[in-house]
Amino acid sequence: MGILQKFKQMFSTVPMLGWFLGILTAVLIEYFWGYDYISYYLGLPKIPVLFGALIMLKEPVMIPGALAYDLIVYVIPVLAVAKLSCIVTNPGAALLEKLPLWLSAVIHLVCFYAILHLWAGINDYRVLVVKLTLVSIILTVSVNVINGYQGEFSCSHPGFMALGAYVSSILTLVLFTNDKIFGTALLPPALGPYLFPLVLVVGGAAAAIGSLAVAIPSFRTRGDYLAIISLAFMFIVKSAVENLNIIGGARGMGGQPDLAPLPIIFIWTMLCIWVIHNFVTSILGKALNTVRDDEAAAESMTVKTRKTKMTAFMFGAFWAGIAGGLFAHVLTYINPGMFSINRLAEILAMVYFGGLNSIVGSIVGAVSINVLGEALRPLELFKWIIIPLILIFVMIFRPYGLISFTEINAKKLLEAKHKRQQGVSP
Amino acid sequence: MTALLSVKDMTHYFGGLRAVHNYNLNIAPRQIFGLIGPNGAGKTTIFNLITGVYTPTEGEILLENKNIKGLETNQIAAMGLGRTFQNLALWRHMNVVDHIRMAHYSQLDYGLLGAFFNSRACRDQEDHIRENAHQLMQLFDIEKYANDLVTSLPYGAQRRVEMARAMATRPKVLFLDEPTAGMTPDELVRMIRIIRKVHENFKVAIFLIEHRMKFVMELCEHIQTLVFGEVIAEGPPEEIQNNPRVIEAYLGKEDMT
Repeated sequence: MGILQKFKQMFSTVPMLGWFLGILTAVLIEYFWGYDYISYYLGLPKIPVLFGALIMLKEPVMIPGALAYDLIVYVIPVLAVAKLSCIVTNPGAALLEKLPLWLSAVIHLVCFYAILHLWAGINDYRVLVVKLTLVSIILTVSVNVINGYQGEFSCSHPGFMALGAYVSSILTLVLFTNDKIFGTALLPPALGPYLFPLVLVVGGAAAAIGSLAVAIPSFRTRGDYLAIISLAFMFIVKSAVENLNIIGGARGMGGQPDLAPLPIIFIWTMLCIWVIHNFVTSILGKALNTVRDDEAAAESMTVKTRKTKMTAFMFGAFWAGIAGGLFAHVLTYINPGMFSINRLAEILAMVYFGGLNSIVGSIVGAVSINVLGEALRPLELFKWIIIPLILIFVMIFRPYGLISFTEINAKKLLEAKHKRQQGVSP
Repeated sequence: MTALLSVKDMTHYFGGLRAVHNYNLNIAPRQIFGLIGPNGAGKTTIFNLITGVYTPTEGEILLENKNIKGLETNQIAAMGLGRTFQNLALWRHMNVVDHIRMAHYSQLDYGLLGAFFNSRACRDQEDHIRENAHQLMQLFDIEKYANDLVTSLPYGAQRRVEMARAMATRPKVLFLDEPTAGMTPDELVRMIRIIRKVHENFKVAIFLIEHRMKFVMELCEHIQTLVFGEVIAEGPPEEIQNNPRVIEAYLGKEDMT
């Protein structure tokens, strides 16, 4: 513990900008020398894709090499640059503090995206993992609106996702592609990228309308009963899609144009986080919490509980629909089996692992479950023993999830860290 | 007569049980009105009937001459009936300042889109409400707890949070359901002072249920005694105090044999 404390203290003067600079250095090192020099001299066949996790589990002989790679490429440069650049980055962060918060946040996000793009650009596998993780973040944050902030145990999210995925896929297939089911494109395919946001919003809206099937029963029931109703909804959507041959039935639907490159997904994810953050910190959004904690008291304090519940479901479902649309266009193939009980388990795991009532928690949950899922892939069957075990331990020691009941404080996150402040803060 | 809140011949059945029978009430503006009675007399039921939690089987409820019977609880609350609960009904995962903020719900002007995209109107109003919340917290002496979870507060402070929250809805009549239940003697004295302060500062009428005779007699201008859903006595405190039927209901009849 002592070492950890000292470590924390040592790096407490590093602002977010400093960390970004450190990670950027690491990513650049990997980009320029990763393959030619570092992995070559360490005897690795190629750049380890997920910090060497896959190689280490597949071939234990490679463990020292992979660890050394992580140390040389990531750990040492990040820590060294972050610490040494304090002199530059702290005044930089202080300068950014003078700008409006949103501008400063946008600048940070652009830096972050640049890092992500460079890191993922090494190979296609990383791109896919990052894309799916970002989609999962949207999904998890949107589930948190219903299951965390509003406190209903809703199991219908794969259904909402399916609605969004299918509606937006049908739209892009009809409008922008020549395919066997829907014939020639109605609009020039070149328009695709520009109209894609609209298509996604339509998909989201379809999911929001579908969510009324769960929202309206939620006026009268809560807890287990609503869980069952929402589970039924999920299965209804799945079997409806399976039996609709026009959209591929159980065989699925493929051939969506690849309209979801990394930057688009990144922008959508950030938009989702921003909008949901605004909502849940406003009084209209806090109304969800009051309904969860004591509905009778909420009513007596003038909160329109029915409207609140409906808003929560439609809003959560809308973002699930967006996530579904993005998901469909990342994989360019969907089938009803993707939106079934397995997906539900994955979604719920991400939400409850990360933390209820917390956007940061949802992000952490989505990223960790996704990355763990990929990193432990070589273990095959054991993966499904290890991940649930981790979940069980989290539930035992932190029943509400790792990071629960917190709000993002962007200002504090991005501020410059001065040495003097350190002594004052408790 | 200009009653602020009046109830006419209200009767309510729970299945076959008649919980409230021909209940009448007239509360004048700024009056402090007490409702006493033994356990199970139907006092809280009357509160719930007036505030719209249940809809009465028969009768009429008028707030400033507008019929409020059959409206939803939140609508009635927004029209000016604030209340506290017998067993604290706080939102356990929320902090104190959020409690007070939330009670401004009916006063919001911005819509959902404003909330989603954090529009200027939304920000301005939220700031204004936050300021207002801090004033209320100062008044109720809970400002030091502003960012604490309500469940971590001492009991007396939780009661005050509930009252501050009720006042944030800008009520015309404040319903207090046993405001001193479970309080220590010094918390009790403090509560009397706070109720007086609320009465003076906000110019509200107060309708309270209470068991402690001393508290009721000191505070109320007019008292009703309820037994088995019926009012058996009504009048100013001195009159009630000496009314033999009230004494009987509370202490039991003396055996004369």
